[in-house]
Amino acid sequence: MTAAPAANAQTQTAPATASRGYWAGVGRRLVRNRLAMVCLAILVLIVLAAIFAPYIAPHDPYRGSMIRRLRPIGTDGYPLGTDELGRDMLTRLIYGGRLSLFIGIVPVLNAFVIGTALGVVAGFVGGKVNMAIMRTIDVFYAFPSVLLAIAISGALGAGIFNSIISLTVVFIPPIARVAESVTTQVRNLDFVDAARASGAGSFTIIRVHVLGNVMGPVFVYATSLVSVSMILAAGLSFLGLGVKPPEPEWGLMLNTLRTAIYSQPYVAALPGAMIFAVSICFNLFSDALRSAMDVKV
Amino acid sequence: MLKPAEDRGGPAQPLLTVRNLVKHFPVRGGVLGRTTAVVQAVDGVDFDVAKGETLGIVGESGCGKSTTARLLIRLIEPDAGEVLFDGQALGEVDGGLTLSELRRQTQMVFQDSFASLNPRLTIEDTIAFGPKVHGLADKDARARARDLLGKVGLNPDLFGRRYPHELSGGQRQRVNIARALALAPRLVLLDESVSALDKSVEAQVLNLLQDLKAEFGLTYVFISHDLNVVRYMSDRVMVMYLGRVAEIGPVEELYANPRHPYTRALLSAMPSMDPDRRTQEAPIAGDPPNPINPPSGCRFHTRCPFAEDVCGKAVPALTATKADPAHRVACHMIDAASGHSKAGSLA
Repeated sequence: MTAAPAANAQTQTAPATASRGYWAGVGRRLVRNRLAMVCLAILVLIVLAAIFAPYIAPHDPYRGSMIRRLRPIGTDGYPLGTDELGRDMLTRLIYGGRLSLFIGIVPVLNAFVIGTALGVVAGFVGGKVNMAIMRTIDVFYAFPSVLLAIAISGALGAGIFNSIISLTVVFIPPIARVAESVTTQVRNLDFVDAARASGAGSFTIIRVHVLGNVMGPVFVYATSLVSVSMILAAGLSFLGLGVKPPEPEWGLMLNTLRTAIYSQPYVAALPGAMIFAVSICFNLFSDALRSAMDVKV
Repeated sequence: MLKPAEDRGGPAQPLLTVRNLVKHFPVRGGVLGRTTAVVQAVDGVDFDVAKGETLGIVGESGCGKSTTARLLIRLIEPDAGEVLFDGQALGEVDGGLTLSELRRQTQMVFQDSFASLNPRLTIEDTIAFGPKVHGLADKDARARARDLLGKVGLNPDLFGRRYPHELSGGQRQRVNIARALALAPRLVLLDESVSALDKSVEAQVLNLLQDLKAEFGLTYVFISHDLNVVRYMSDRVMVMYLGRVAEIGPVEELYANPRHPYTRALLSAMPSMDPDRRTQEAPIAGDPPNPINPPSGCRFHTRCPFAEDVCGKAVPALTATKADPAHRVACHMIDAASGHSKAGSLA
């Protein structure tokens, strides 16, 4: 080192606090948000209950009894009552979380991967490729999402697998659009030009410089879609296009219990309450994640 | 380890030879995206950059300074014209320079120190990125990054693992300089690199740039709108106006004897530290004309106090002055045969 830069070095002071990565900062702000932590706790509780359902559920989710039909909440041995076939509601709600969460999260995950890939390619390459991808995606936008999900599920037939396919197709367009707009912003920043000036190819630039900056906003958006996915999936089950009886699933339970709405309104509302709780927790949590990530550093 | 490329043509051959460089940006509009207008960002620019010198480029916003820099490093493709790097043209055919090699030998420092650093990468990763792209192992690239951090006056132990938002503007610009040097370039394009910094920090960074130039034997193209800074940094200065060269010459000669009416107006607009040296020339009025439909002939004639009929009709050629052949001016008042009533008066 020459003398002059060394003299310069003395004037340069580093920040006093220990260096933290961006995600460490996001995590710190998230932990400080009490509402987000409560929502996260509820979600974790429901997920754990669903995973360990066979160990904690008091009864068999499939076996009912004609003499115990539609017992009210608080019945001895059946704390949340029984359904129209005399099956324990608590057990079925715990087991129902397995399928409901599965078809809430898996389509969004699929769409996250496919939609981000499409959006990043469209945004980064631009021009005619962007035009081709984004206009094709706009075609799917022309249909309301519920209608599109029903149409695809109806065409493919009922079943969990087909529900997941139809919901994935429904969620790809909005995710791709968010990814495309963020990528377009990032692509025009100088550090992408600097990377290109370093001689890097497009693939390397996308991998090192674009994805890291695009994934965050897209991920936040995707978490808000989980609740939409659960509600749509419940809707498909309700219409008989999703899960088939006697599988416990919240949307399907809501459907079959609707006949009991006058005799046992509280019991009939329980699956809806679960759907509501999970989706609002997901929404509030993704909101908190968004504001934790939004902070201008 | 990356080493600077070998000198080819000897010291007499310019490092950069630019001939008739042209870049027009189409303005698309309408339903079918037809070209409705053309922005003539750079329109026939000629200059050389000698080895080891600093060429300053000055001009108003939108005169094509930054476009010229981006053309030199091929971030945008020129429409026409020739750029020779140490006598070699870009081309995949034999004897030509590959794009990757051109970009290794030419690097750029951008104006916005924040936008030019990836917020998700540590300083060390940012600097090591280029060497890794050029095939250095991760360990060697990191060692190089830490070495360069020391060279730009940042302690690698304190700054290497930090993120850009934790640094001040001056520190970030030092990182950008280190990133540009990571590939051992011969030519560094400094595009308004110090313009966004505080004056005191700016002075430190300018001195750092001078030190690095001497240490690594660099050649600079220094773009700025700050005439004092350009004078301090440059060996020669090129004045651009609406995509063309108005005047080019050695720095002291050009600042002492500006010939082009635009250069004179520009220099007289420069605040002087000396109250006895009051502004002599009338300031130029108005904004530069729209580069979408630039004026015909000499592009400055719409604002020039000496404009005559010939100025709107013929494009003045860059002509050497009698006093100094290296000092060249594009004005009809230089050329005795131009037909201007003051023709030859400035020569």
